[in-house]
Amino acid sequence: MNFYKDKKKITLLLISIAAILPLVIVDQYFLRMMTISGIYIILAVSLNVVTGYAGQFCLGWAAFYGIGAYTSALTVTKLGWSFWVAFPLAGIVAALFGIVLAIPTMRLRDIYLALTTLGFGEIVRLVLLNWMDLTRGSMGIPGIPGPTFFGQSLDSSLFYYYFIFSMVLIVIGAVQRIIDSRMGRALIAIRENEIAAKSMGINTTLYKIQAFAVGAFFSGLAGSFYAHYSSFIDPNAFGFGESIAVLAMVVLGGMGSTVGAVFGAVLLSLLPEVLRGLAEYRMIIFGSILMLVMLVRPQGIFGHSGEGQRKIKRPAEEVRSDGVIGNS
Amino acid sequence: MGLLEIANVTKKFGGLTAVDGLSLSIEKNTITGLIGPNGAGKTTVFNLLTGFYPVSSGTIQFNGQDITNQPTHVVAQTGLVRTFQNIRLFTKMTTFDNVRIGYHTRGHAGLWGALSRNSSTQKEEQDIMDYSLNLLTKVGLVDKKDELAGNLSYGMQRKLEIARALASKPSMLLLDEPAAGMNPYETRDLMNFIEELRSEKITIILIEHDMKLVMNVCQKIVVLDYGKKIAEGLPNEIHSHPGVIEAYLGKGAAQCLK
Repeated sequence: MNFYKDKKKITLLLISIAAILPLVIVDQYFLRMMTISGIYIILAVSLNVVTGYAGQFCLGWAAFYGIGAYTSALTVTKLGWSFWVAFPLAGIVAALFGIVLAIPTMRLRDIYLALTTLGFGEIVRLVLLNWMDLTRGSMGIPGIPGPTFFGQSLDSSLFYYYFIFSMVLIVIGAVQRIIDSRMGRALIAIRENEIAAKSMGINTTLYKIQAFAVGAFFSGLAGSFYAHYSSFIDPNAFGFGESIAVLAMVVLGGMGSTVGAVFGAVLLSLLPEVLRGLAEYRMIIFGSILMLVMLVRPQGIFGHSGEGQRKIKRPAEEVRSDGVIGNS
Repeated sequence: MGLLEIANVTKKFGGLTAVDGLSLSIEKNTITGLIGPNGAGKTTVFNLLTGFYPVSSGTIQFNGQDITNQPTHVVAQTGLVRTFQNIRLFTKMTTFDNVRIGYHTRGHAGLWGALSRNSSTQKEEQDIMDYSLNLLTKVGLVDKKDELAGNLSYGMQRKLEIARALASKPSMLLLDEPAAGMNPYETRDLMNFIEELRSEKITIILIEHDMKLVMNVCQKIVVLDYGKKIAEGLPNEIHSHPGVIEAYLGKGAAQCLK
């Protein structure tokens, strides 16, 4: 496809459009929408590392987002730490939780992994909801201050926009570098054929843990940003619905494609707003669009089609009785 | 002492003894054929060697190192690499990337290397690229390097799987029915290829049903039946071994053939 040849040009064009857009369209609502979709881009791109590239299904992704948000909000409001300390800390704490989730789930796959990660997401939400002393439960944490710079408040929507804009660029750049490396190839190999990956000397456990840690780290940063941006957080913002929404972005855009994850995130975070005029019909239309894409392009909009792929079967000349590995 | 020393290895699946007290010594720079009737336990031996299954008893030593019950990736890192009876390529990756993954054990770059793209990572990537292209040229797949592995023809997929294994520069290669499903022309091609590998100091164990191939390329043949080693020797010895004929054709067959 020609598209891929012009990829660099298109990317640069899109980046420059995103960079100057808030200066052209001066509108608070519009800026807010753009900022929110920036958050979702980071969530989708980081989930894509785990689910799209490494092939590890995760139904509780919003937990890392929530952990990041609460880490940042609590350290700033309760301990009085600066945003500039709380922000990286949020990423680190989320990454630690990523490792904590990854270690026991290493041997699980498919539906079992999905259920375990779903459970993890719910546990995190319930802890946030019920640990009243720390999180104030469903009352949430209000009045989270924005970042300051030498005593100067940076609490303006333009600042937030450019902050998330640079974050998006850094996260995408980092993910691209990871994918295009020895580690990235190992992750894709695990997704494609775990047995073959192991037999090529790839320590699958180590790489899965790394994938979870990296993805959770970025999502934790996104959570921290969200907390300071919206200045109020409560556990319901990090529930199952949010996990599904991020997963839908990755699947719709095309698993294992960063462009797809970005596209899916922008589309699905803006679509409900675009359709707002249709009032109660909007979720029906939203759902129909999702279903339609999945019917027409089950691999996602930017996913690899695998077209013309032939299934080559070994001639059935031996009935095996001596092992699972030789026979699938 | 041989490169690979299998001592009294037994594998039981519940009541079934798939490998029964197997002892075997493989010398450096040889090609050994592992043959036997269906269900004799040949692939199980490979699975035990490469750590896919834990052994029930016995020990395996490779290159003077005990690799009994080591995880698969650790075994691969010691230089003992296998291919699969049913091809296991990374079908949605390109031919080139499949070979690049084969290089994995020889690389070092981790997360930090990927993010920083420091000079050692760049050099490593360049080495991987050069080496992989060379290897693909050697096996004759270089013009298919950007093709998805799943789109290659059956014979090419077999070849690619071997090339991927070779990319790790193994000292020993375990080939599980490399000629299965190949036409006679492809088989002959493969035979020459395997001979060439030996000249590069790669020790090979080969599971194969194509007797012509086995008899031609192997210096030593080991015959398994019901998990037990029933014969071991030069191809022409195995050819006329009464126990082997019995295992394949049944009791009394050896007399009938005379």
